[in-house]
Amino acid sequence: MKLKIYVTLKNGVLDPQGKAIHHALESLDFKGVQDVRAGKLIELTVDDNIADADIEAMCEKLLANTVIENYAIEKVADSAVQETA
Amino acid sequence: MKSAVIVFPGSNCDRDMAVALEMVSGNKPHMIWHGESGLPDGLDLIAIPGGFSYGDYLRSGAMAARSNIVPSIRDAANTGVRVLGVCNGFQILTEIGLLPGALMRNSQINFVCKDAPLEVAPNRTQFTAAYPAEELISIPVAHHDGNYFAAEDELDRLEDEERVVFRYAENINGSARNIAGITNAEGNILGMMPHPERAMDSKHGGTDGRRLFEALLN
Repeated sequence: MKLKIYVTLKNGVLDPQGKAIHHALESLDFKGVQDVRAGKLIELTVDDNIADADIEAMCEKLLANTVIENYAIEKVADSAVQETA
Repeated sequence: MKSAVIVFPGSNCDRDMAVALEMVSGNKPHMIWHGESGLPDGLDLIAIPGGFSYGDYLRSGAMAARSNIVPSIRDAANTGVRVLGVCNGFQILTEIGLLPGALMRNSQINFVCKDAPLEVAPNRTQFTAAYPAEELISIPVAHHDGNYFAAEDELDRLEDEERVVFRYAENINGSARNIAGITNAEGNILGMMPHPERAMDSKHGGTDGRRLFEALLN
């Protein structure tokens, strides 16, 4: 099974990287972008029987710094994983 | 003064730190590789140096904070041994949870490398005891992730308990309340972004860092 862990900055935490991307989009003349927030996607390949508590613990102990970041866990069954060229 | 400098893959201020400690105390510090599981007995100071441990992978300090040596650092800190984290060392101390908050990307994105004028709160901790209260000191900074963040109530607590011991005279990186260095509640753990070990000798361009180490001899 694959896990997709999305790590994003909490609301209210300044995101200079997102701001710079936003600025660059505007300088490329793209209109209508109101805000940009940058985050991380961490993909794990794990045993199918892995405990949810262990997944949570991985996020809490290492993958996210919960002082500044939120995380979201998405489980993707192997059959649903498609390679893209 | 018996001291140890913790060395991680990607530390690059470990030797500067060792030179500074020997210059002031006359004793060579123990250089302790992060994979060790114990520290020498009877330490007076543990220094966590600057650099880019583990290439800043995941977050600055995140991987180093999960090293083998960390439980020993935590145990020593809890018994009152002084711990000094400079730059990446400060980031590592927040990632370990020995200091509150987090160091984020500088608000203006750029790496900041310059002499930073600092205000010092000298009375709170032995580390800053040798600095006069009104004096602005100058210590070099060199970092990309020095933007101190903590929740408002945490910042209030730091201020109420007088744990903000270094502040930037001008905000160079977006840090909340101009915070450049903080201590734990007991005052034996200091994390700071500026590099006192780079301001030891007049040939460095300044000696304001030296008093921080000298104060620890008392």
